[in-house]
Amino acid sequence: MEQFQVRGMARQRAPGHRPDAITGVNASGNLEVLVERVLPDRECLVEVTTAVTGFRGVWEAVIQNFFERCSPGGLRFSINDGGARPDTVTLRLMQGMRLMETAP
Amino acid sequence: MSNLLQPNEADWYEASARERIAALLDPTSFVEFLGPEQRLTSPHLAQFNLTGAFDDGIVVGRGRLDDQVLFVAAQEGRFLGGALGEVHGAKLVGLLRAARECTGRNRPRAVLLLLDTGGVRLQEANAGETAISEIIRAIVEVRSAGIPVLALVGGRAGAFGGGGIITACCSRIVVSEHARVSVSGPEVIETNKGVEEFDSKDRALVWRICGARTRYLTGGADHYVKGSIRDFREAVIALIPHASPFDLATLNAEQQRLEERLERFGDCRDALEIWRKAKLPDPERIADITDDAFLCIQRTRGANHDAR
Repeated sequence: MEQFQVRGMARQRAPGHRPDAITGVNASGNLEVLVERVLPDRECLVEVTTAVTGFRGVWEAVIQNFFERCSPGGLRFSINDGGARPDTVTLRLMQGMRLMETAP
Repeated sequence: MSNLLQPNEADWYEASARERIAALLDPTSFVEFLGPEQRLTSPHLAQFNLTGAFDDGIVVGRGRLDDQVLFVAAQEGRFLGGALGEVHGAKLVGLLRAARECTGRNRPRAVLLLLDTGGVRLQEANAGETAISEIIRAIVEVRSAGIPVLALVGGRAGAFGGGGIITACCSRIVVSEHARVSVSGPEVIETNKGVEEFDSKDRALVWRICGARTRYLTGGADHYVKGSIRDFREAVIALIPHASPFDLATLNAEQQRLEERLERFGDCRDALEIWRKAKLPDPERIADITDDAFLCIQRTRGANHDAR
């Protein structure tokens, strides 16, 4: 198991007004992402807890890429990971951000 | 989204615990208690180098179904096989106790347990076993208060171990083809008694012994549904008004039914022998026919009961 944080700056505040949302399941090859609107508008943060050690560099690249593409300003993402592939991680982060635009 | 399936046409087996609740209940009616943002996670798993889940693998709350107030719990069968630990169990016990305490317009018409579990979580086994006992007691108290408790089983993990006992304690049990309900699971039996006693890799055998069709035909489940969330929803609406009262007469009738079943089928070694003995049509094909054909079968005497 390994835990770390990845911080970033966003171009703009993430759209929507929902305070929190969750997507995915912590299962083999999958992950759950809890999204909360708790940060200043230009900041974003991902807290990772993963069952698989030794891939921090890949995580940081995937998360920085997500920050640049989607600009999730104001959002904190908390991840419980069961060994998901990078494409699944990107998908879940984007799903989580999209859910924050919907009604709770 | 408009060209996708409507949520309640989705398959129960494939859906997550949250998707099942959302599509089972009236739209947007669900209010979660102790949601994931409160991070009530297991205090034990990290010691075993395991990552947790923000809801500890169970979603509990209140909602409406066909405009009736219900309390609902759904286990996530993909997180640690839906296994039941300390926090997970406490959330379910708390929900059941709250159901009993609520009065007036908040009083639930029924409690739904969307079970999907391999049983107690081995990493927190003592707490899990205690939780199972507390859940059973709480179910009995809810039923004694006149509130039916319905078990819905059709997920990947089935309902095993304490989860199988919890299922059997409910007022009504709804299953789909994927469901398995038992106490000792196939792997457990094979580990303890050997492969000649039970070959857990023989999936046809596993389903013949503890699968939904056998459970339904022998009275271990009350209602067999095709696999969509809508099918489960319709079954719940149909069953709630018909849950039997939880009294001595009901328990005596159930005891008598089980004694008769044991007398009639107690020497059978496989479900196929039960189906032959019960003179069901084409017993060899029961496991293979479609759900529609299966639902046309008349159940054996003592299966279609009103005594749980």
